[in-house]
Formats: sequence, C-alpha cells, structure tokens
Amino acid sequence: MYTGSRQQTRRAVIFFLLPATVALIIFFLFPILVSAVMCFVKYDPLKGFDAIKVVGLDNFKRLFSTQDLVSQFRHVLYYMVLYIPLVLITSMSEALVLNKDFNGKKFYKILFYLPVISSWVAVALIWKWLLNGKYGLVNNWLQLIGIQGPSWMTSQVWAMPGVVIAAVWKDTGYYALILLAALKGINKTYYEAAKIDGASPWQRFKSITLPLISPTMFLLVIINVINGFQVFESIYIMTDGGPAGATKVPVEQIYRNAFTYFNMGYASAIAWALAVVIFAVTIMQFSFQKKWVSYEG
Amino acid sequence: MKAKRTIRKILFYVIISIIALSAIVPFLWMLSTSFKAREAIHTIPIRWIPKEPSVEAYTQIFKLSNVNFARSIINSFYVSTLLTIVPLLTAAMAAFAFAKLEFKGKNFLFSLFLFTMMLPGTITMIPNFITLKTFGLLNRYLALLLPALCNAFAIFFIRQNMMRISNVYIEAAMMDGASLYRVFWTIMLPLAKPVLFTMGLFNFMGAWNSFLWPLIVLSNRSKWTLQLGLGNMGTQFGNYQHFLMAGSLISIVPIVIVYIIAQKYVEEGLSTGGLKG
Repeated sequence: MYTGSRQQTRRAVIFFLLPATVALIIFFLFPILVSAVMCFVKYDPLKGFDAIKVVGLDNFKRLFSTQDLVSQFRHVLYYMVLYIPLVLITSMSEALVLNKDFNGKKFYKILFYLPVISSWVAVALIWKWLLNGKYGLVNNWLQLIGIQGPSWMTSQVWAMPGVVIAAVWKDTGYYALILLAALKGINKTYYEAAKIDGASPWQRFKSITLPLISPTMFLLVIINVINGFQVFESIYIMTDGGPAGATKVPVEQIYRNAFTYFNMGYASAIAWALAVVIFAVTIMQFSFQKKWVSYEG
Repeated sequence: MKAKRTIRKILFYVIISIIALSAIVPFLWMLSTSFKAREAIHTIPIRWIPKEPSVEAYTQIFKLSNVNFARSIINSFYVSTLLTIVPLLTAAMAAFAFAKLEFKGKNFLFSLFLFTMMLPGTITMIPNFITLKTFGLLNRYLALLLPALCNAFAIFFIRQNMMRISNVYIEAAMMDGASLYRVFWTIMLPLAKPVLFTMGLFNFMGAWNSFLWPLIVLSNRSKWTLQLGLGNMGTQFGNYQHFLMAGSLISIVPIVIVYIIAQKYVEEGLSTGGLKG
C-alpha cells in the first residue's frame, strides 16, 4: 500500500501485531481448548500434571445429578428477575432527568457516576454495612416508618434482594448514560409536533420516547442477562454464597471449586455449562438485532 | 400557566434531589462511620456527626498484622500504572496495523480479536492460571500484565479512530523517507492522543478496581493490591466497620480524582459501552 518494499511492510505488520497476537493465542484461544479438555479430567493444581486423571463424563454427571447447577442457575435467574426491571426503571428516570437542561447539571452528573466508578469491593463493603440488621442505616430508616427490617445478609430470603439493591445502586448511572445517548438521538421535531397536537408529557413519553429507545432498552436487557449470569464480586464480598448456600452463583462456584477445593475439572464443567448459556443469549441477541435494525433503517 | 410551570420546576428539582441523595447517602454513611471510634459505630439512634470524631480507623488500618494496607496502596499504584501504559501501547500497535496496513488474513485475525470480547472470562480463567503457574509467573505482576496485552476492546476503539486519520500525513512522511515505525511513533500516536487518553483512563480504572483475576494469581500478601487487601479486611474485620469504611474511602479517592479531572473523557468512553465496574 505504501512506498518501501513489500518485505519491509510485512516485517512491520509482524512487529506491530506480535505482542497482541501472542497474548491472544496464549491467553484466549489456547485456553478454550484446555478448558474443554479439563471438563473430562480430575486435576488438582497442588499435585502437578502427573496426578491428572481422566474421568470421562463424571464431572458433568455430578453437575447434573446433584442440585449444584440447578440451584446456581435458579439463584442467578432470581437475581436477574429482581435486578433488570429495577435497574431499567432507575436508569431510565435518571436519563430522563439528565436529558433536561438545568443549573448544576455537571455537578449532579458527578454524583450520579460516583457509584459506577467505585470498585465493587468498596461498594459491597459499604452496602453490607448499610444493610446490617441491627445498626445499619437502611433498617434504621425503615424503623422510622414503622417497618422492622430483616437481617439482610444473614437471611436466606433477603440476602439476594440485598445484593440486588447494591447492584442497582452501583449500575444505575452507567445505564443512564447509555440511555441518555439514545435519548439525545431522538429527533426533537417529533416532540414539537406532538406538543402542537396537545399530547401530554406522559403521552409523549409513551408514544415517542419509549418506542424510539426500545432498541437500546432491548440491548441493555441482553447485556444485563449476560452480565447477570456472571455476577461475582458483589456476591463474593457481601454473602460469600451464603447464608446456607442461598446465594450460590456459577462464577462464585467456579472460583470456589477451582481455587479453594482445587477441583479444576469440575470447575471447568461449570464454566462450560455457563458459557453455553451465555453464547446462546449472545446468538439470540444478534438475530434479534438484525430484526430491529432492518426496520429502524 | 406561570404557576403551573413553577410547580413543575420545583417538582423537577425534588426528583433530581431524591436521585442525587440516593446516590450520595451511602458515601456519606461511609464517611461518617470512618470517623467514628470503635464504641460509636454500634449505637442507636444513629449519629451522623460523631460526638467525638476519631481518626482511629485511619491510623489503625495501617497497623494491621494480617494486611499491609500501605504496601497494598503502593502496589495498586504501581500495577495500575503498568497496566495503563503497556497494554495501551500494544493495543495501539495492533490498531495501527489493522487501520493502515494491508496484509493477508487481516479480517480473519481482526474477527478473532473481536471474538475474545464475547468469551466469558470463566473459560480462560483456569487454563491461564495453570499456564502462569507452569511458567512460575504466579505472584508476579507479569501474571496481570501478560493477558492484558490482548485488549480487543482497546484495539477496536483505537482502530476506529486511526481509520479517520488521513493517509495524506502518512504518505507525506514516507515520501520524506520515514519508516512505518517512525510514522507510528511520530504521526499516528500524537494524532490519536484523545482516544489514547480515553483508553488509558479505562485501563487505569479497570486495573485499579479489578478483583477476581488478582485474587487468583496473587496469593502472596506482599503482592496484594488495594482491592485484595480491602476484600481480605472485609472477612477478617467484619465487625470493625470503621476500618472497612476508612479503607473503602481511601480506595475510592484516587479514582474519583481521576474522574473529576477527566470527566468529559470518562463519560465519552462510558457511553460507548467500554467500562463497566
């Protein structure tokens, strides 16, 4: 394409691509293969490669015959059923507010994004303390309106909703920003026309805003399903899978099996079960995306 | 009509204040707790402003026997800087090749990179641990750095940007006898500065906040990053909430400073879907 000999260009291409490509092969492509093989072995990293035992389908048998996989997936689904509608409502409200012009917007924006940029470890510790059964702020405020709050993190019923509250609080600003970009893309003349026709704000929201940002909303649901299946840090710090296994989720179980129980074969089997589900959701997303892109364009 | 507008305006500010308050109250609670003495944390009713403010937590967390908090802060700054700069350079290099050079299999290789963005981290986690262990790289920061050298999102993002840089600059430089390496260093990198800055911010924030991978490859306490130290403190000092809140506050401050300084870049990047805490 450019002057200089072909050989020189080729050498340059190799030079520029080498580091990223080597890392791609060693840390992304090769592991797929290794991980697939690991599903069928028993491997304890403390014992070295000599101790690898081929166990055939045992890992999967264990996964499907015990309640392990079912309960992990039930927990993440419960998490998502609570989390996704809530976070969509809160981030939508925040985006609608930020779509207006008002004094001090820049300052408010900083406030809204503080939870997003904070680490999950810090956020989980803060919320664990906020949700403390006896001395936590949440229950004290609930008391003010006459509600006896549960002991969130030690309750099998309330631990997961507690994690969800923390996650909604942390992620609202992030999704609000994506929705805000979508709102900004809506042609203003629609609203002006609707105003002239005497449409109320609610009607305008329902008939113009919602349909026009529905592709973005759909995308957010998909992203959240994919992320939801992989929820980890919040659970690990806030509940550690407890109480009594009430918040066991796949990634936390993969971590625990691989690095606490040193059963890497079984952990790999969980990882693949999870990956298959995530790939299915991703493929679904692509086919759906084609559908709405065609009528959008 | 005018009254109605005023009411609507008031309502608007009420709504926005509620949202802002719910965002900020947990941070205020963290701040308040961190300045309480041990006896003052577990009291009812809650006192937002401690009767006797105490910096006990801020001095004590640096004296814990199990977690070397000061060391972990220094480690975090070191690791985050390393993980900001080096992966940015390798991503920019790859992005340049994909944006401006022609070679066989370009599209195929590029789609392989994009594919990694869809690959769940749990698939690569265990094999990568084994690989690094085999080569004796556990408990070394290379274990964090090496996998980060392939950053598909950064490659994609920087490539998009470099494609918009006119070939005229490149051709002119090559006419003057500059090599492709020179073109990359003296033309492409300076012209791509804004996007490099945005991606650098992402790398920094991502590295500063990252938890699971460091947890897996850094078991040696002296190598722990701030997040690992803090997470461990959470399990060891569950009832010393003033320690945990002081530690959390310290861990958040650098990120907040970075964010406030570079607000525009961070938000721009966020809205493209790049960073997710």
